[in-house]
Amino acid sequence: MSHLPALVDGFLTTLALVALSFTGAFALGLVVVVLRIGPLGVLRAVGTGYVETFQNIPLLVWLVLFVFGLPEVGVRFPLFTTAVVVISLYEAAYVAEALRSGVNTVAQGQGEAARALGLTFGQTLRHVVVPQAARRVVQPLGNIGIALTMNTSLAAVAGVVELTASANRVNLVEALPIPIFVGAGLCYALLAAGIGGLAGLLERRLAT
Amino acid sequence: MSNVLFDVPGPKARLRHQILAVVGVIGVAGIVGFIGYRFYDSGQFAPKMWEWLQYTTIQEQLAERILATLKAFALGAVMAMLFGAILAAGKLSEHAIWRGPATVIVEVFRAIPLLIMIFFFYFGLPAIDIKMSQFTAVVVGLTLYNGSVLAEVFRAGIMSLPRGQTEAAYALGMRKTQVMVLVLLPQALRVMLPTIVSQLVVLLKDTALGFIINYKELLDYAKYLGGQGQFGRPLVPVTLVVAAIYVTMCLLLTWLAVTLEKRNRRDKKLTPIDTKALDDVAIPAASQSM
Repeated sequence: MSHLPALVDGFLTTLALVALSFTGAFALGLVVVVLRIGPLGVLRAVGTGYVETFQNIPLLVWLVLFVFGLPEVGVRFPLFTTAVVVISLYEAAYVAEALRSGVNTVAQGQGEAARALGLTFGQTLRHVVVPQAARRVVQPLGNIGIALTMNTSLAAVAGVVELTASANRVNLVEALPIPIFVGAGLCYALLAAGIGGLAGLLERRLAT
Repeated sequence: MSNVLFDVPGPKARLRHQILAVVGVIGVAGIVGFIGYRFYDSGQFAPKMWEWLQYTTIQEQLAERILATLKAFALGAVMAMLFGAILAAGKLSEHAIWRGPATVIVEVFRAIPLLIMIFFFYFGLPAIDIKMSQFTAVVVGLTLYNGSVLAEVFRAGIMSLPRGQTEAAYALGMRKTQVMVLVLLPQALRVMLPTIVSQLVVLLKDTALGFIINYKELLDYAKYLGGQGQFGRPLVPVTLVVAAIYVTMCLLLTWLAVTLEKRNRRDKKLTPIDTKALDDVAIPAASQSM
């Protein structure tokens, strides 16, 4: 029980990681998806390359490369920043794919009609496609948020003392692995449930 | 879809696009070039850093580690599919006794990080005298997590089929198991395949978590070799090579699945409706209606 503050600290760090990484992943994912559905073949290829690269290499490999590799080439960031950047880069690929499939669910006629009215690519996206795609994208994005929450536990490897790392440390002192890890697991489950609930709420709000 | 979002560009737009493309390419090339320059500048491309690639012992060890990764993946994938199928059957069951526990298991294991599960199996279970090797801990973790995710995929795939399929099958006098195995699963499998494949790619990538509890797999080897002083501590080169190996494995997996699926579909198209098979079906159906 005396270790509760340490665990609470860890939990708060996890929350911060989730919030910052998700924001970063969403912003970057938006950029990538615009590249991928845009009219420029070269940039489409860049977007596809980005998604394939980040989806096919384990997050842990990225973390090892950034956390242990960057200092070797003389780039030093605080561990927390590195973790946020890596998780954002990694999840952005998934966000981009979710957004793209959301855009693809909007009926072709919508895009054609907007074009017939003389709207540009940007206007078509902003006024016609995005408002319709937004609702269908909420649930997949929520799932990505949950996956991202799970993935922040890997930041423990990078040396960020978040929930998993602090649970591990407390376990080293207390040697009560079962309650500690079950407790930590439940915290994550609660977080995931929270994100799921939030996504549901947002979806209903956008449905009107 | 993407081609209906914009018009065929005119001369002005084409010029603008070309400028944008050039700017984009320069930007990307700039980022890649800068990273490459930093690597070069800090001596990551020095021949000494890549010498390790020439040693046969290291090549053999690397191959061993790839096998270890693939072993965890293969066992994990098979078990996760089985576990997922059982859970999905439970969730689709009409008996609450099966539905309840299956739902709880799926929700719980989907919402707990794989890392915590692996820690729990590897560090936690010995406290109650259940000892797992690193390999078992990784495989059990992969099975529980991915099995739960796959259960949801399977269920969604089956639910996505029109209800008429089930009703028609029942009307033909099929039983529950027959409806599922003969009618629903073959159709659902085709719908679900892309999702299953991407989940398998996730599973393959997640084997890297074994590194944390020192399961001797690919990433673990990268970390080990990257720290060897006699090769100049080539962490960045080794990790880059390992990353390339992961990409190759994942792309091969995706390619394999797509090819299998295409061949499967082509066979179906090439085979016209087999009237003899229809006769075989028609006879028992008729006899049953008597």
